[in-house]
Amino acid sequence: MSAVTGSGERGLRKVFEKPDLLLSAEHSLCPGCGEPVALRVILEAVQELGLRERTICVAGIGCYTAFPMIMDVDVMQALHGRAPSVATGVKRVRPDAFVFTMQGDGDMISEGLQEVLHAAARGERITAIVFNNAVFGETGGHMTAATVLGQHTKTSVGGRDRERHGNPIRISELVAQLDGAAYVARSAVHTPSAIKLTEQYLRDAFQCQLEGRGFSLLEILTMCPTDWFVTPAQGPAFLAERIEPTFPLGIIKS
Amino acid sequence: MPERVLMEGSAAIVEAAVQAGCRFYAGYPITPSTEILELMSVRMPQVGGTCMNAESEIEAIGMVWGAAGCGVRSMIASTGQGISLMQESFAELANAQIPIVAVNMCRGQGDYFQATRGGGHGDYRFIVLAPSTAQEAADLTQLAFHLADKWRNPVMIMGDFLLSHTSEMVSFAAPALAELPPKEWAVTGAKGRRGITLSPLGPSEKLSTDVAAALANVTAKHSAIVSEEVRVEHGFLEDAELVVVAFGFPGRFVKYAVRLARERGLRVGYVRPISLWPFPRHAVASAAATARAVAVFELNAGQMIEDVQLSVLGRVPVVAIGGISHDHSGFGVGPLLNVEHILKRIGQVYSGKEDP
Amino acid sequence: MLATVHIDQELCKGCDLCVPACPPQVLVMSQAVNSKGYRYPLLLDGCTGCELCAKVCPDFCFEVYREASGSGLAVRG
Repeated sequence: MSAVTGSGERGLRKVFEKPDLLLSAEHSLCPGCGEPVALRVILEAVQELGLRERTICVAGIGCYTAFPMIMDVDVMQALHGRAPSVATGVKRVRPDAFVFTMQGDGDMISEGLQEVLHAAARGERITAIVFNNAVFGETGGHMTAATVLGQHTKTSVGGRDRERHGNPIRISELVAQLDGAAYVARSAVHTPSAIKLTEQYLRDAFQCQLEGRGFSLLEILTMCPTDWFVTPAQGPAFLAERIEPTFPLGIIKS
Repeated sequence: MPERVLMEGSAAIVEAAVQAGCRFYAGYPITPSTEILELMSVRMPQVGGTCMNAESEIEAIGMVWGAAGCGVRSMIASTGQGISLMQESFAELANAQIPIVAVNMCRGQGDYFQATRGGGHGDYRFIVLAPSTAQEAADLTQLAFHLADKWRNPVMIMGDFLLSHTSEMVSFAAPALAELPPKEWAVTGAKGRRGITLSPLGPSEKLSTDVAAALANVTAKHSAIVSEEVRVEHGFLEDAELVVVAFGFPGRFVKYAVRLARERGLRVGYVRPISLWPFPRHAVASAAATARAVAVFELNAGQMIEDVQLSVLGRVPVVAIGGISHDHSGFGVGPLLNVEHILKRIGQVYSGKEDP
Repeated sequence: MLATVHIDQELCKGCDLCVPACPPQVLVMSQAVNSKGYRYPLLLDGCTGCELCAKVCPDFCFEVYREASGSGLAVRG
């Protein structure tokens, strides 16, 4: 008796499939990576809120740079760290566009910290989305400004050490201090319930932009088993036990 | 005749940009370009545009990237040091084929290499235009926006301290520029079409992976630009035994010095490159063909002289008669920018007392 | 509730995130591998159509089918 893997059986209707805005399910990210899960949530929200034709995504540089080619929305590829500035230029000349950035912790918190802080301080009516896996994934596993204490990377081999490597930066708490930031939250994608949180917070953040309340930031903790040196199946547990304690989930400002 | 107005070079550039349809500006204060930011912060809101006081030159060029990527004519201005901070974006704007106009109000002329060879990475080029008067600055700014859109390639205006702060009569006649196609490539939101990706990394069609072809398109434009967009002014070359090459505001001083030398019976001519890239090789080569020597006057340690040497290819000696020259602040005009001094140097080369 | 999933075995990269996420625990990794050399999930009886496998999957392998309404019998192959 083989399990049923056919489709369209008698009286069953399809209730879930890949997002319409995903042009191809083929992507180069590692087994167990959390970023495609975050991408699914983003594309579903854009579709659900009917924003596709107004959307301009400004992408940073990281593993997710593979996504612009499979997203059926207009994307402007920015240089590493510069997405919030590029998005500012976009939103200022196209105030009716729906603008969000898609960045990694290395892109936003290391390379482009000045950009995101000033965009938030100015209250740009854009949504900044950062996939935080606490490591430079695309280069193969190097320390970022969000790497947690004790975390092994190829540039903090014995584990991040306060004296030698300094302390991780909580971007959400930092941005929340700025008056222009109207909505700031942190979620994750390592469990179904965390994914539910991401779906809810992302809609909150998008709503904040749609209502013109100001700058919105959603920080999504994502698994990176390859550069955490764990198996894909161990990714969720590593996130829960080693990453999340430094980056607690929840709505930080709204 | 369109009305003529007395204004500084930087104001002429701002007005010309506004008339060219520039509706986005981002900048950061830095002498001697700050007047452009000041004026833009007043003028952009008046014409429904946007002027951003960016928190750094890196952010400023990022904002211009975003606006220009949406198809809006956009400008940025700085001086050499600020332009240095923008280089990564400059190189990749060229790769992404996003048209922008960047103004460099140099301190002296030490940024020639930066502008014409590029301070960024890779094989990109900027079209570089060097005005010598406020009127020419206005005309070249209008042209810059046109060429940027025509070639989908950034264009730089190379000015300097004098151009920025010298007031002259300027008129803004509508320039006779060819009609340009609509910007199909611009990012606008995928209304009624599939999404596109505007990227320096490669093609804009979704799912396409032909990166090599996309980047090849960028450099393939260079030969066409070189053949079509050279601009140069020259005079007194018919019987010139000595040809003086100089650009920008100093080029104007040289024109005047050559006229004085002619009055004193010296057979001297001049070539003033208006486009620094593409460099007017043929004009310099043909002027040198009938001369005994070529002199180069530029306010740096010798940069454009290399392009002159590449044009002359050793047929006659090429002599530097300029040099580094700053005022005490390091921002402004130095002692070498003086007609008598230029005349003296021309005389020395002309009479052969100058060993090349 | 009559329900099942369709699994695109070729898309799967064998990350094994879906198996522990399945409440009735009716997913098990295959011994066979796909053309990329990855094992992939197989569906046993008892799928409730809850979509959690599809939600946690980084490679969009799952399509979920549910009966419009009616009994909870699982479909047998």
